[in-house]
Amino acid sequence: MAKTYSKKSLFSQVMKPSKETISFLLGYSQALTIIKIENKSFEIISN
Amino acid sequence: MVNIQLPDASLVKEYVAGNEDALAKLIKRHESKIYGFIYSKIPDRDITNDIFQDTFIKVIKTLKSNSYNEEGKFLPWVMRISHNLVVDHYRKTKKMPMFRETEEFSIFSIMSDNSLTIENKIISEQVQMDLKKLIEGLPADQKEVLVMRMYQDMSFKEISEITGVSINTALGRMRYALMNLRKVIDKHQIVLTN
Repeated sequence: MAKTYSKKSLFSQVMKPSKETISFLLGYSQALTIIKIENKSFEIISN
Repeated sequence: MVNIQLPDASLVKEYVAGNEDALAKLIKRHESKIYGFIYSKIPDRDITNDIFQDTFIKVIKTLKSNSYNEEGKFLPWVMRISHNLVVDHYRKTKKMPMFRETEEFSIFSIMSDNSLTIENKIISEQVQMDLKKLIEGLPADQKEVLVMRMYQDMSFKEISEITGVSINTALGRMRYALMNLRKVIDKHQIVLTN
């Protein structure tokens, strides 16, 4: 039993998000600016 | 060449200060763990990608608005966000999380086990399938902890932070999960060897 349980996951090592997802996130991050004015925050997405 | 890895907290600080590369590094560092965690709850690649994306959109917004204050606990914080989004997903679809043996999963089982012979591959798959079926039979709280620990390779500290229980409770659930599995294995005289 111990031998079996000590095995690493078969899928957690190979699972990764798609390149498109990562690319979107990095692009989104670069484009996003958040400005806080008093209690309100404004999100600006630049092209 | 020695590769010095900056801690998450430093990368978070750099990102908040405007270094976009720091985000790429953080994503790269944790993508497998977070994606695997979501996929373990929702075995669908498209939905997992969506939730992964939504998770990091929240992360980006929080960091950019300077609302993040959990220094040194970046991964558990992101995991908690993804956990909440998974719960939201199941609330929307009104389904309980289930582990289904899918074609996709079987392919990955084979791919990650290249060194085995065909016979050993089949045995290994069978063992994994049997084990998954046994895990399926566990109470939900025990199953959650066991999957996080064994399949996601998380520490009990991380598990306790994500599930919102104490480390001792998480340890207890793991212990009972293993005890229950052993009981079922003994009862039905199941052989789990490779």
